[in-house]
Amino acid sequence: MEYVIILISAILVNNIVLAQFLGICPFLGVSTKTETAVGMGASVLFVMTLATIVTFLVQQYVLTPLNLEFLQTISFILIIAALVQMLEIILKKVSPALYQALGIYLPLITTNCAVLGVAILVIKKNFNLAESVVFTAATALGFAMALIIFSGIREQLALANIPKGMQGIPIALVTAGILALAFMGFAGLV
Amino acid sequence: MNQFNNLSKGLLRENPILVLLLGTCPTLAVTSSAINGLGMGLATTFVLFMSNVFISVVKDFVPDKVRIPAFVVVIASFVTIVDLLMQAYTPALSNQLGIFIPLIVVNCIVLGRAEAFACKNNIFSSFIDGLGMGLGFTLALVTIGSIREMLGTGSIFGHKFIAEGADGILVFILAPGAFITLGFLIAILKKINKSS
Repeated sequence: MEYVIILISAILVNNIVLAQFLGICPFLGVSTKTETAVGMGASVLFVMTLATIVTFLVQQYVLTPLNLEFLQTISFILIIAALVQMLEIILKKVSPALYQALGIYLPLITTNCAVLGVAILVIKKNFNLAESVVFTAATALGFAMALIIFSGIREQLALANIPKGMQGIPIALVTAGILALAFMGFAGLV
Repeated sequence: MNQFNNLSKGLLRENPILVLLLGTCPTLAVTSSAINGLGMGLATTFVLFMSNVFISVVKDFVPDKVRIPAFVVVIASFVTIVDLLMQAYTPALSNQLGIFIPLIVVNCIVLGRAEAFACKNNIFSSFIDGLGMGLGFTLALVTIGSIREMLGTGSIFGHKFIAEGADGILVFILAPGAFITLGFLIAILKKINKSS
């Protein structure tokens, strides 16, 4: 039951993009086509879950016992960067097909603040390992869902007649605002 | 004249948020009031000009291949300093900004300036560039924060200017208001830049 609540709240109520404002750059950057949105969503799901497991274990078994919590920011960002690099190399060797599909999104993920943000949030919320994994996967699913819905809307917007000054980023932001308004409807759910 | 140019370009012509569209996450998240915007802006400015100066000092010793990880470590160190200082001296503000202080590390503006400017220019120019970009970031955050606070609660920097008991348009201090305000602000600035 507890896991179901974590799941629903992370996907719908506290959606990472529309309610917590993490990962806005890829949300605006790679959302012009549904196809790329799906690829980006899958890559984030993969990297975010892996990164959170590693950073959680490092926090639990290295930083806390040694009283080095102040090194959290530095160590987490280095772990994420190294992990993404390693993934890229491993995927290239082991599964060229998967590398073809996710490859171009991997370097972009290092600078995705959602990955570091979730790693820190999990520590702040005092989750155990199982809860952390559920929370991270749900957050990533929420990110993918928002991204795919948004890319669908933007594909339609590309055909619409928009006033000159609003074209491009401004209309995308206003659309995201209306989408966020719709997601506020889930607020009472949990 | 050249130094003045380095300082002023960050304010309007190359404003990191409104023109270059870098660092949108903290921009949307912390601007529910003008004072939060100011706090976040100043914290980022500090990190930006400290890391710019430091990187332009060490740029000759850092091998080209490992420069990005090296820059990230430098930036993360200054972010940790700011984080701990704010927890000690401004605990209320630090609570309000929460997770977005450590997330200055992944703010594209900071790494972007290190890569595009500080690793190619001398110390003084880098110092001025960091300061200008930081102030431009702060200016944009305070502007967005003020607009949202005025529309959302009818107050500015915490001083209420509408009748006691009256409410503002609540949606502007919530998530959707952030997106909509930034969208219209960018559209207006595009229009101004084009006509001038």
